[in-house]
Amino acid sequence: MFKKLLLLVATGFFLASCAATTNQGGDASINSGTQEDLIVNVGDRVFFEFDSSELTVDAQSTLDAQAAWLMQYSDTNITIEGHADERGTREYNLALGDKRAFAVYSYLAQAGVDTNRMEYISWGKERPEVVGSDETAYSQNRRSVTIVTN
Amino acid sequence: MIKYLLAFFFITYNSYAALEVTIAQGKVEPTPIAITQVFGEDADTSRYGNTLREIISNNLTNSGLFYTVNEDLYIQSDNLVEKVPRFEDWKLIKAQFLLSADVMKTDKGIRLRMRLYDVFNAKEIEKLQLTIPDESLIRRVGHTVSDIVYERITGETGYFDTRIVYVSEVGPLDQRIKRLAIMDQDGHLDSHQFLTDGRNLVLTPRFAPNNQIITYMEYKDNLPRVYIYNLKTGEREIVGDFPGMTFAPRFSPDSKSVVMSFSDSKSANSEIYLMDLNTRDIKRLTSDSGIDTSPSFSPDGEKIVFNSDRGGSPQLYIMDKEGNNTKRISKGKGVYGNPVWSPRGDLIAFTKLTQGNFHIGVMDPDGNNERVIVRDFSLESPAWSPNGRYLIFHRQNKSNLDGTGGETTIHFIDITGYNERIIPTPRDGSDPAWSPLL
Repeated sequence: MFKKLLLLVATGFFLASCAATTNQGGDASINSGTQEDLIVNVGDRVFFEFDSSELTVDAQSTLDAQAAWLMQYSDTNITIEGHADERGTREYNLALGDKRAFAVYSYLAQAGVDTNRMEYISWGKERPEVVGSDETAYSQNRRSVTIVTN
Repeated sequence: MIKYLLAFFFITYNSYAALEVTIAQGKVEPTPIAITQVFGEDADTSRYGNTLREIISNNLTNSGLFYTVNEDLYIQSDNLVEKVPRFEDWKLIKAQFLLSADVMKTDKGIRLRMRLYDVFNAKEIEKLQLTIPDESLIRRVGHTVSDIVYERITGETGYFDTRIVYVSEVGPLDQRIKRLAIMDQDGHLDSHQFLTDGRNLVLTPRFAPNNQIITYMEYKDNLPRVYIYNLKTGEREIVGDFPGMTFAPRFSPDSKSVVMSFSDSKSANSEIYLMDLNTRDIKRLTSDSGIDTSPSFSPDGEKIVFNSDRGGSPQLYIMDKEGNNTKRISKGKGVYGNPVWSPRGDLIAFTKLTQGNFHIGVMDPDGNNERVIVRDFSLESPAWSPNGRYLIFHRQNKSNLDGTGGETTIHFIDITGYNERIIPTPRDGSDPAWSPLL
């Protein structure tokens, strides 16, 4: 009986220390509901095809997760940035970036995120994520990024 | 130009009948002109003289329509302002025209006298005397004299006494710092000036056709909006203060309105709007679910060419000033953009992306006679010289994953496709636009 109790206590202690270890390890430095949390555990961005602002199946599943995350952390606000690759004129790409950001904005709104928590902005081709004049860079640059603003 | 001279210089200017020199399309044989020393009377005036000669010679040569006969060949070395040249001496070295000038200090300031001779017909064809209050206007005088010579000999309006506004770029390609900057059309460093401090991203400056005002786009407080900037007063104000992004601004030909794109934040659908700068009334000109942007007026103010993907891919369209009678004009294969109507009205410049390269070309306003002027990996933002003979644009090199490359430079080219050269800028440069004559 005494042995059994000791074992239970020990197990309890072990479990507790295990949980503490998990928190202090990999994810410990990540505070829930932050940009970093969004990047690591949900995905902060979606990608687009050339000259398109349509959300791909992959993009929609990322945004479903973003919507759930935003519902969970309901005191966060976000700005959605729309971007384009460099193979278009500056002005056309501003318009295209705007459409991409808005596609995300509308999707999240449809999924139930309060529009008062969201803003969006186009950066056209002015802020590439990856520098380079090839498709590898372009495909990373045709994106919308969700930024937690508070 | 003459208006300016009357207002600011003491000037006498003999206007002779125009010469019978016309410039056809196609490659032009540059006309040989001899430019004597610009004679000074002391160290200062000799220095002004050297500066003036250099400006005039560079301007005329850079136009592609002239070349300066090598000074070493000159037989006669006199000041030919008051003295009749020995035309035979100049004929011998094949100078078709001869320019001589001198500079003197007077109680009113610095006085320049200039004579232009037609060597083959052995006669004076232009005569100019002007006085400026101080040496700060020396470069302007050089450009003005260049314009007079250019106009007299080619029969076309000059473009030298003008400025170029552009976006100066510096820093890593993913965090570019962009500032508005302005310089004389020759890019001379002495004339170079920054207009913004680089704190906010600025894009696409364009001059009003009739005055020294520019319109541009700025990300102030992270709100991308259209502004105007009065270069005389330094006053800046927002004109595209709508709920959503405003961009792609250009003045109407009378400089009284700005046409631009507005993307309503409720739909992110870019439409073209016209704003009267006096009343601030706005009028919507397009209504389509596609992207409508990059509007540019015809010089008579009757039509607008613009870029739209309403047909599936970005193409060029024309509508009337009320937004009616829209029709597609781009006919070739590829992705079109950046349409800009020539100040002469006869051509529309554009960019086209096809087969992996950008092309800058011109077409008639009905889309016929499309012609490529220059082709490279990345070319953008064609802008017309005020006389409609030249284009400036920017070129960007390929960039690499390690962050190198991607340099942007401003270029000048004759619409025949000849005589391309770089307009030097202290940093990288993009989005150039030409001022009207000062």
